[in-house]
Amino acid sequence: MSEENAAILQVHHLSKSFGDHEVLRDVDFAVSRGEVISIIGSSGSGKSTLLRCMNLLEKPTSGEVLFHGENIRTPGFNLQTYRARVGMVFQQFNLFSNMTALENCVVCQMKVLHRSRVQAQNIAMAFLEKVGMSAYVKAKPRQLYGGQKQRVAIARALAMNPEVLLFDEPTSALDPEMVGEVLAVMKDLASSGLTMLVVTHEMGFARDVSDRVVFMDGGVILESGDPEVLFTHPTQARTRDFLARILEN
Amino acid sequence: MPTAQSGFFEWVFFFIKTYGTLFLKGAGTTLLIALTGTLVGFIIGLAVGYVRAIPRDREGGAVRYWLLKLARTLLGVYIEVFRSTPMIVQSMVIFYGASSVLHINLPYLLAGFIIVSINTGAYLSEIVRGGIQSVDPGQMEAALAIGMTYGQAMLHVVLPQAIRNILPALGNEFVVNIKDTSVLNVISVTELYFVSKSAAGTYFKYFEVFFITSVIYFVMTFTVTRFLRWVEKKMDGPQNYAVHGSQTVPDVEIELNAKGGALSE
Ligand SMILES: Nc1ncnc2c1ncn2[C@@H]1O[C@H](COP(=O)(O)OP(=O)(O)OP(=O)(O)O)[C@@H](O)[C@H]1O
Ligand SMILES: [Mg+2]
Repeated sequence: MSEENAAILQVHHLSKSFGDHEVLRDVDFAVSRGEVISIIGSSGSGKSTLLRCMNLLEKPTSGEVLFHGENIRTPGFNLQTYRARVGMVFQQFNLFSNMTALENCVVCQMKVLHRSRVQAQNIAMAFLEKVGMSAYVKAKPRQLYGGQKQRVAIARALAMNPEVLLFDEPTSALDPEMVGEVLAVMKDLASSGLTMLVVTHEMGFARDVSDRVVFMDGGVILESGDPEVLFTHPTQARTRDFLARILEN
Repeated sequence: MPTAQSGFFEWVFFFIKTYGTLFLKGAGTTLLIALTGTLVGFIIGLAVGYVRAIPRDREGGAVRYWLLKLARTLLGVYIEVFRSTPMIVQSMVIFYGASSVLHINLPYLLAGFIIVSINTGAYLSEIVRGGIQSVDPGQMEAALAIGMTYGQAMLHVVLPQAIRNILPALGNEFVVNIKDTSVLNVISVTELYFVSKSAAGTYFKYFEVFFITSVIYFVMTFTVTRFLRWVEKKMDGPQNYAVHGSQTVPDVEIELNAKGGALSE
């Protein structure tokens, strides 16, 4: 099998503009099975937009996203099933506020994957257990603090049996003392072989956990590669500047 | 029967004694129309609010786009017209319009239901739309991102939250309707105001009768307001979450506040 075919997701010549503002320019990259990729870059460089284009929360202006070689904008492509396979974890958690932690993890399994309630609940319980939230199954989101909400959100995404999870700054909205518990869950997932694409400002995670780091700047991928190499010997001046700035803090 | 020399209270007691059941029946009709009108109006409001909240993109094809645009325009006209004219005038137009143009003689009570429902629907459509807009867009995004269709996301995630947000406005609309059904007397619906007017007219005792009438209206709206406030409180539930059973003492209930600290054991 060629390199191309092993990729779960491929992004080809992807561009996105909001009006005159070109946010992504001709972005190309691929996500292979089992890979953990960190996307780093300064604010406004287009990291979130790239992730959102990949599950069509934003419509790309041009270019394409291929899922196992199939263009996700082909007429008749089942977007709902695709989105279940490519989960997303948000900075603001976005747990459904009208549902308990358990119900959050159950409802989409039933509505999208047509699992029975019992089956969905068993699966949900297993993942809530995995993220250490099984004592809070009946809690409403507003009764949980940030770190707990994010762990439930991860369990909710996992319950759909995703092939890839997209994380958009999953720890950026958390108080510093809660970052650790979420990163611990993510490290655990990474080592269990889950394919992950993580936009993050946590350089420790990017360096130690990911297989590849992608540096974005001004809507393009400026460089990408092995974390150790990119962190110690960045080839681009802008990467050096960014790393110097962020590692200073 | 009291005489011309009788005092205020004698007349009041007289009316309560002779017209008591009629007043109560009128009040019952008032409540029935207000409740039905509010509920049906709410369903209209949900449907209209839902349609008007569908995002305007051309993704679904040109036909869908133009149909939506047309529907939106018509619904906009409906809302504007019914919000910009008094319900008393709407009553006349609908009731006599039905009989002279459509040759349908609407039963009074049914006419009342229809008028209050359509009128309330216009107001609640705007409120529902506001309620939908007040829900964090992240909720819709998360629902879509995990694979729900737009309709599923609306039904299971957005609308329940929107409805919770507009519950006070909905209750308010019910109270307004209890009072405003009085205008239906112009088409002879035998609600509380109509009954009062007839009783007062028979004896030329307007103050005495409408004193009783106002007391009944007040009791109805006051009770309903208090009841709805209680329901809202009930729905919100406690701010803290009790972890059922700790690992060391399985039976104990530990109250946790939002920071995760134990408040009490
Ligand atoms: N819906 C939108 N409409 C208009 N402009 C947008 C929209 N979403 C993003 N942008 C713009 O696109 C650019 C890239 O935004 P994006 O959120 O992708 O950056 P980011 O790299 O995720 O930044 P951050 O680290 O702050 O999250 C920014 O200049 C932003 O203002
Ligand atoms: Mg971002």
